Amino acid sequence: MSLSSRFENIEMVQHLCSKLLEGRDVPEELRHWILMALREALANAIKHGNQQDTTKHVHLEMDIVGDTLAISIRDEGPGFDPEAVADPLAPENRLKTSGRGIFYMRTFMDDVRFRRHASGGMEIVLKKTLGAVNEKEEDRA
Amino acid sequence: MKTNVRDAGGVQVVELKGKITIGSGDVQLRETINKLVDSGKKNILVDMKEVTTIDSSGIGELVGCYTSVTNKGGKLKLLHLPPKINDVLTVTQLITVFDVYESESEALASFRG
Repeated sequence: MSLSSRFENIEMVQHLCSKLLEGRDVPEELRHWILMALREALANAIKHGNQQDTTKHVHLEMDIVGDTLAISIRDEGPGFDPEAVADPLAPENRLKTSGRGIFYMRTFMDDVRFRRHASGGMEIVLKKTLGAVNEKEEDRA
Repeated sequence: MKTNVRDAGGVQVVELKGKITIGSGDVQLRETINKLVDSGKKNILVDMKEVTTIDSSGIGELVGCYTSVTNKGGKLKLLHLPPKINDVLTVTQLITVFDVYESESEALASFRG
């Protein structure tokens, strides 16, 4: 799926992700934090990646394989070095007004990876194990 | 996001309702607080009870408001923090920065102390 770089699209994608999680017995708490990480990744792609240029797109894939949710979000921007982002927990950064998005993604998801995509832009891949799915499948077995 | 500001014995109680997220509520929060600061109001209590969602942009604005008020010699405190917003502030250690109250009367009294 490809979306134009508008913040209004974030909630639509959150809704789609929520629908994907329906029927997987994902606890509300877990679903909430997944949707927050998704929001941060999309906002990052729109604001910092595509710099709110609505002619640029955000490319999105979401899937559940086994018990793992995988979300790929790619922008069309110049890219950045995720390791160069300042630590928001460092005392000198604690009162900064920005720089927490990646931290929240890493806090609420199991695995967050960044890479420069072959066709340009930055790709973020977020993964989360949906533990409740395991339990449900074990119950069935 | 909807905002309502009322005076409670010299403390400006800012009631927020809805989302404080990027492109929706984040700038509005800043403008509301800046307007109070610019008009000389120094004691501000932000009631978060009806805030449904906040993201890193909203958190950033909240931090910016705290800094603006503090730099003018005022105080900005939080009231009725929903559990998930409390969690979001906790993981970034911002919960130690803000004074947070569950009771409005206690919060108002703290400005007089």
